[in-house]
Amino acid sequence: MKNIFAQFALAGLMGSTMIGGALAAEDTIKVGVLHSLSGTMAISETTLKDAMLMLIDEQNKKGGLLGKKLEAVVVDPASDWPLFAEKARELIEVNKVDAVFGCWTSVSRKSVLPVFEELNSILFYPVQYEGEESQRNVFYTGAAPNQQAIPAVDYLMNEEGVERWVLAGTDYVYPRTTNKILEAYLKAKGVAEEDIMINYTPFGHSDWQTIVSDIKTFGSAGKKTAVVSTINGDANVPFYKELGNAGIKAEDIPVVAFSVGEEELAGLDTAPLVGHLAAWNYFQSADAEINAEFIETWRAFIGDEERVTNDPMEAHFIGFNMWVKAVEAAGTTDPDAVIDALVGVTVPNLTGGYSAMMPNHHITKPVLIGEIQEDGQFETVWETAGLVPGDAWSDYLEGSKDLISDWRAPMSCGNFNVKTGKCGGAE
Amino acid sequence: MIFRKPVAMSFLKTFLALFCLLTVAMGPVRADDSHEALRPLVNELASGKYDDTERQIQALVASGDPVVASTLQALRAGDLYVRKADGLVFIARKAGKGFALTDPLTGADAGEVAKRDIDKIKVNNKLRRVIDASLGSLTLLSSDPTVRLAAAQAVFKAGDPEVLDVLETALAKETDDDVRVVMEQARAAALLNSDRGDAEKLDAIETIASAGNRDALSLLIGLRSATQGPVSEAADTAIRRIEKSLALWDNAQNVWYGLSLGSVLLLAAIGLAITFGVMGVINMAHGEMVMIGAYVTFVVQEIIRGSAPWLFDYSLFIALPLAFLVSGAIGVGVERFIIRFLYGRPLETLLATWGLSLILQQAVRSLFGPTNREVGNPAWMSGAFDLGQLTITYNRMWIVVFAMLVFAGLMLVLKRTSFGLFTRAVTQNRRMAASMGIRTPWIDALTFGLGSGIAGIAGVALSQIDNVSPNLGQGYIIDSFMVVVFGGVGNLWGTLVGAMTLGVVNKFLEPYAGAVLGKILVLVFIILFIQKRPRGLFALKGRAVEA
Repeated sequence: MKNIFAQFALAGLMGSTMIGGALAAEDTIKVGVLHSLSGTMAISETTLKDAMLMLIDEQNKKGGLLGKKLEAVVVDPASDWPLFAEKARELIEVNKVDAVFGCWTSVSRKSVLPVFEELNSILFYPVQYEGEESQRNVFYTGAAPNQQAIPAVDYLMNEEGVERWVLAGTDYVYPRTTNKILEAYLKAKGVAEEDIMINYTPFGHSDWQTIVSDIKTFGSAGKKTAVVSTINGDANVPFYKELGNAGIKAEDIPVVAFSVGEEELAGLDTAPLVGHLAAWNYFQSADAEINAEFIETWRAFIGDEERVTNDPMEAHFIGFNMWVKAVEAAGTTDPDAVIDALVGVTVPNLTGGYSAMMPNHHITKPVLIGEIQEDGQFETVWETAGLVPGDAWSDYLEGSKDLISDWRAPMSCGNFNVKTGKCGGAE
Repeated sequence: MIFRKPVAMSFLKTFLALFCLLTVAMGPVRADDSHEALRPLVNELASGKYDDTERQIQALVASGDPVVASTLQALRAGDLYVRKADGLVFIARKAGKGFALTDPLTGADAGEVAKRDIDKIKVNNKLRRVIDASLGSLTLLSSDPTVRLAAAQAVFKAGDPEVLDVLETALAKETDDDVRVVMEQARAAALLNSDRGDAEKLDAIETIASAGNRDALSLLIGLRSATQGPVSEAADTAIRRIEKSLALWDNAQNVWYGLSLGSVLLLAAIGLAITFGVMGVINMAHGEMVMIGAYVTFVVQEIIRGSAPWLFDYSLFIALPLAFLVSGAIGVGVERFIIRFLYGRPLETLLATWGLSLILQQAVRSLFGPTNREVGNPAWMSGAFDLGQLTITYNRMWIVVFAMLVFAGLMLVLKRTSFGLFTRAVTQNRRMAASMGIRTPWIDALTFGLGSGIAGIAGVALSQIDNVSPNLGQGYIIDSFMVVVFGGVGNLWGTLVGAMTLGVVNKFLEPYAGAVLGKILVLVFIILFIQKRPRGLFALKGRAVEA
């Protein structure tokens, strides 16, 4: 009984602090968090919402920003793409946030783009994506294809001697564009048409028998074969289970994945998967002081000693710190001033180096190739010698290879065509 | 051939390999100084890139000392570490908070260190392949037939002509028939890469072709492009033969895949066949009952992991009745508090159960978190076996068996028990049944509970092949309705035949049309079919239809 009273008292207390918070709203800087907390994407995006709350919490402990406290405004776009645009508008117009951290799928990002342009606000997008985009109000802290896909293919080609390629993906914009870039890249490297197999599956595909057997067949042509997987989040678990059961070992046909991180592996017995690969810009196993600190803070914040960290979390870590630094430099949260101040900002990343925001609103990152270990972690087996700057427009696609992006004055253009000398993309 | 080396060298290697195996056979390795010559080689493993490590491994194997095997095994398993302080290499295993070090050469205990004092010697796929091949050649003469089998398989994959002599010695001594077959394959593979005469190579091609599997095909295709003359021609004929027989097996494989997909569909749909098919309730929360069953499995496994790990292989048997009871109880509750007020109002039922499905999903999300939960496969559910050229995975096979058992069990309940009789009576003619003294509201609740409970045990099975996440049910609800409507509402046999037909059709379409288009084609097919036969495959006849 006493317990229940205590809970009531606590609830009352929380209620009153919330009212207090609302009264003090004038003195806070508001940060919008636009991640799905329900629906299919909740599995990935809820973690990012928690990561943002932690980052804001930590910043407040350090004394906030410009002498004010930061306040998170969390909304739930419920994995519903048009709702993302509505919620973004609500954040900017009703809640008056100064920056938004959010979105996961490319389609949700595309859906909010016009809103950010119209209302002139700032969006930090933390997930690896297909590139072919550069927008003034958006800062892309995830990897562009040249920061993930291309180095991974290079690794397989040089280290493992792979000659035959299966490009398997979920049927939507990110895998389709990435595979288009990879196909062009492989052909440029002299891989024949018949040595490339492209395969798409629906979202949430769960019966992988045929595809795994197709991969096996494709791999028995006397040449070393690898699978490049852009299969999205959830569908990976049954895919890897089928691979493991069918006895396809990493030593025979390695699978390199671009959407499988520590979070996805948490739902899997990884013993049969040891040696399969993933390409990211951060692994939880990264050996750096700052990473150990980050993991410790995260676990304390979430209250779970086993909780893992992943690459998009690092992207938010970098993006948030960049925004904080730019606001401090500009001395204001005014979007135009912050957008200008962000270019050139350099902050530590979690792998022990520094990442810088470039004029095309992408950042510099190291590229890591990791192999899955029995404990569900990745072990880095290869990394780029230095940092790789994100390239908004792929150098391997017709039309896009002539484009560059530079948001500094006087160019201020996201798709400047160096051939025609005009801003406005390919003709 | 790339691997060609002086014959004398390979004799030396063979001799050394034999020597080391003999010493292994003689007893456990003694901690003496005789291995100290290897120390610099072992310590060198910690330096250089992967290419250097590969050379160092080969140097170690060439030394022919038996202790090398345990060092290499540790390297492969990722248990080999270098001590930062002095650059010495140790086998390290987790002990409490730190790591316990063992000397790789003497096996002597070398104390404990903290994680930050040692560095792991990294291996990648390529090095694992190299280690497998060298360990294979080292263990071909082991006294354990399973070790010999693994060794022969590794040697087959590597196809290194230098192990030919060891292989021939091993073959001469081999007593186990299964191992002998693989060894002969391995010998043939190694021979094809050697500089032996064409006649022997043609025999080798025959030996490999007789296996008739994908590995053989892969090897022969490689051979065809690497050689000329009679060998290449013989390889070509063998390839054609294998491809022809594999094409036949492909059809058998599609049928099997279809049945296995059909069983999954059947499991997902069979509960709905009762709630929707027999009772006529459009139950959009059916998928969530499946999801709850999967989460029950997760909870059972968590408890077993925590308190009774030896029960893990039986976890599914424990989860089955619990999942039935939990999902069934929720089903009865749902019927009593929501659905019974909505009989005869299909649109409201649809909306209410849809809302309920969202509530259940979010409840599970709040309770267990939004991320996937790991449900392990017991040992008897993992791996695969070969049936001819078919690879049949155990989890799929047991799910097919399980689906059939559930179907048979449900048939028995409905046809042979008094509860089944009441159910059929109530659904066929409610008023008459009530006049006969059957408590129709309770039969409704129990029937709904039965359907939900069956969905729960389907969840136990599906947890073995799919994600256990709050979204689990959503993936199956459309398919379930498709199966029930296609098979004929109200007819369990229809559900069985419907599920299997859709599974097989889907799997025959997929290789040609791809997974995305395949699914669309199946939907188009069902739409056309329903146009022609609105009541599905097995339409109910007689008065029941009008009720």
